[in-house]
Amino acid sequence: MPASHPVCEDRRYIPKARDMRTNGSRKKWRPVKDQSKFEAQLDPGFAAEIAAEVPGGELLHQCIQCGTCSSACPVSAYMDLTPRRLIAMTRAGARDDVLHSVSPWVCTTCYACTVECPKRIPITDIMHALRRISLREKTYPRRFTTPVMTKAFVDMIHDRGRSTESWISMKLYLRTNPAQLIKNASIGQRLMRQGRLGLKRESIHERGKLRAMLKAVAS
Amino acid sequence: MTTTRYTYYPGCSAKGVGRGFTESLDAVFEHLGAGLDELEDWNCCGATAWPSVDENQAFALSARNLALAEDAAPDGGPVDVLASCTGCYRALLKTEHMLGERGPVAAKVGGALAAIGLDYEGRARVRHPIDILVNEIGLDAISQAVVRPLTGLKVACYYGCLLVRPFATFDDQYNPTSMDRLVEAVGAEPIEWPLKTRCCGGSCYCGGPVIGAMPEATMQLSYALLREATKRGADMIATICPLCQFNLEGFQDRMSRRFGRPLDVPAVFISQILGIAMGIDEGKLGIRRLLRWRLPEREPAAEREPAAVGAPAPAEGGGHARA
Repeated sequence: MPASHPVCEDRRYIPKARDMRTNGSRKKWRPVKDQSKFEAQLDPGFAAEIAAEVPGGELLHQCIQCGTCSSACPVSAYMDLTPRRLIAMTRAGARDDVLHSVSPWVCTTCYACTVECPKRIPITDIMHALRRISLREKTYPRRFTTPVMTKAFVDMIHDRGRSTESWISMKLYLRTNPAQLIKNASIGQRLMRQGRLGLKRESIHERGKLRAMLKAVAS
Repeated sequence: MTTTRYTYYPGCSAKGVGRGFTESLDAVFEHLGAGLDELEDWNCCGATAWPSVDENQAFALSARNLALAEDAAPDGGPVDVLASCTGCYRALLKTEHMLGERGPVAAKVGGALAAIGLDYEGRARVRHPIDILVNEIGLDAISQAVVRPLTGLKVACYYGCLLVRPFATFDDQYNPTSMDRLVEAVGAEPIEWPLKTRCCGGSCYCGGPVIGAMPEATMQLSYALLREATKRGADMIATICPLCQFNLEGFQDRMSRRFGRPLDVPAVFISQILGIAMGIDEGKLGIRRLLRWRLPEREPAAEREPAAVGAPAPAEGGGHARA
């Protein structure tokens, strides 16, 4: 069989950044309000900060801006800053723009960019680092789903040691877009009938010990 | 055939929405004379969410699992820890690598483990069940166990992103073939397609089994996969990750409406295909937990009498018409 190009054949469905709404709600994601325009707004130490956060992060300075990461990325069409731009802006020190960007939160962490990068820059790990910093400095997109879910997930694991999918999704919907709860109720019911989705919260036995361990290792 | 028992780390998804994966793996391993012992009191691996909050804590979560696995096998040799969900597999593998390097983070994580009375010596080897099936149990043993060759069944093997990335441990990073070889071993036909390791968007809803975080992106990514598989004549898609499986099977109606093309391809776990070929009872394989399931009716190729496994659900005349 002749190999055909594996993309959606209808041009209508090529995604646009403006489709990237917060969980399907009417409120559109707005890009950074005040983009850095002047050199004085840049933070030249930002690249070093990232390099210290990520093992192998100093390779960032070797980026040749080839754009392989952006083309390998399955969701770059939904990002406000593509991975290539993100790396360039990080290197230039556009700290504010990068930390306010939605891109690290759109990233699915599939490691396609890391594997393809000719300079072996750990781009996915850099995305994780950007998420950490923006959570710490509270610059993450507030109503965007991924940070909300990340926090809900982390809280649940911290308390119970395991995640219960039904609770996570319900929390996510209630905190971002409750209409989704109704929209997805039917599939949830089907899964419950099949025994794949339970309301009973999963838990480990040594919850106290787990919390002690997490506290001891927190950075 | 000697009985080998493996330590099995299911992870939250393979016990929840991907329950069929754990069930079918259990049944298939049992059938092949091996066995899976679920790790006692395992905790979540941290998925992709913990590294976004605190990487050291994410390592500690996985390290606790590895330390528990070591405790369960006190005889001093290396311990194989089987992680079925590829997200867990990647998280545990990354931790294994990190602890193996013995850097400052490893020391910190080791200290935290010691604080709760655990000790990690570095004996755990994180492996995927597919790795075990292909490289330890062997394709010969699997083809010998087949009682109902699935001749004519066209399977699109979907590996997902995290099995071969960022670490390619037992398979090629760009064109993995272990699942294709398994499918061939049970008589079915793997189709050639280029999206084997393209992301399905599953992590866009990590932890939540219902399409969540980014419906647009997720639908787009899964649609490309399903459409490509359909176009190449696949009767079903074989997956190895509970997130991918649910993501691909759960929203086909919605995608058909959204993209205006009919989609109807069952997405199943590779272990379920193996189990059906080995004549294992459907109840044990968790077939009933699938939202879509059918074996296409082709010319009856089974020379040996199949076990009590009738083709369920009215088949829709085999292959799919090209849209």
